[in-house]
Amino acid sequence: MIEDIVGRYMRVDIDGVPHRIYYEEAGEGIPLLCLHTAGSDTRQYRGLLSDAEVTCRFRCISFDLPWHGKSSPPSGWWRQDYQLTTASYVAAIRAVTRALKLDRPAVLGCSIGGRIVLDLAARHSSEFRAVIGLQSSAHVVPYYDVGWTHRPDVHGGEVCAAIVSGLMAPQSPEDERWETLWHYMQGGPGVFRGDLHFYKAEGDLRGELHLIDTEKCHVWLLTGDYDYSCTPEATLETAAAIPGASAVIMERLGHFPMSENYELFRSHILPVLADVALVFV
Amino acid sequence: MIDPTMIAAINADPALRRWGRLMDADVLLEVGDRSWRWVVRDGMIAAVTEGPFIMPSWTMALRAEPQAWAVFMRPDPTPGFHDLMALIRRGVLRAEGDLRPFMQHLFWFKGVFDTLRAQGA
Repeated sequence: MIEDIVGRYMRVDIDGVPHRIYYEEAGEGIPLLCLHTAGSDTRQYRGLLSDAEVTCRFRCISFDLPWHGKSSPPSGWWRQDYQLTTASYVAAIRAVTRALKLDRPAVLGCSIGGRIVLDLAARHSSEFRAVIGLQSSAHVVPYYDVGWTHRPDVHGGEVCAAIVSGLMAPQSPEDERWETLWHYMQGGPGVFRGDLHFYKAEGDLRGELHLIDTEKCHVWLLTGDYDYSCTPEATLETAAAIPGASAVIMERLGHFPMSENYELFRSHILPVLADVALVFV
Repeated sequence: MIDPTMIAAINADPALRRWGRLMDADVLLEVGDRSWRWVVRDGMIAAVTEGPFIMPSWTMALRAEPQAWAVFMRPDPTPGFHDLMALIRRGVLRAEGDLRPFMQHLFWFKGVFDTLRAQGA
């Protein structure tokens, strides 16, 4: 069986620096840009991109951030330490949006992606019509030393995967959980740690939430109840600070709802996408 | 809490052998006022001794609050009590000492407690 998902590369400047970015897409209609979690890549969205009930109405696009998946790091990467910031993350999203000529797309992001969509809604509502944040909160208190994820005496792939393994619901199908972990095991050295710089340090967006106008950019937040990184309480607190935002706590799901148990996740995301479609009427 | 049958099951599990490969550590597990010392050599549990100990030496220690640990060890732990890192985040489990073997073999530690939970330890 040949799947409908098609993968391609684009050459695009991000903040004036040439990049080669990998992206996958499936479907036609409303543009829906999908953002993967820290230290992972587009493969997390293959359930969504393979769902005919979604792709009949949405053009679903997922891209690997620079340094992730099949997107190369920029030339000279071997001389620098990778660190994601709010500014560099937004620059990558805007560059891809422009390169694909997407007209005010909806954006679906998870974890770091669930964080950055809050900034898109707050500061870039003229470019994005609606955002869906999975495992989304404006801030996370660090609870372990991220230095362990990038050391010569600890296998980076194994420790990154082992750290995030418990963030999934134990009830999620075993093969989907381990597929999700496989993506983490394949991350480049120091990349997960570099993403966590945004997630746990620089990207504290609590001060931006008041800028969000849900009349201009609609906001939905969905969080799995087994996630102890972005907890349900943190999502509800974030939603409460955004008038007009919707929040749903998803039982028996964790930090990677779209990849750890797509069948259960789709029961939550399909009604939200139906609402998103109304925004594009 | 851990008997020879359980140790044999852990040592015979191919996935745990893989995650624990090359691991040498003396692990002190403390739950309230009970304690155990695991001697791990090349990824296999060579010995388990129950305390109380006088002047124990260990590479790393896991110290848990009893009530939280009881929830963690239930067949269906509630969200937030279902994983070692979740307990650490809640402040009800402390990992101390030389944590290098813990982080090098985190899948092994998680898998061992999954096995013990499944066996009703």
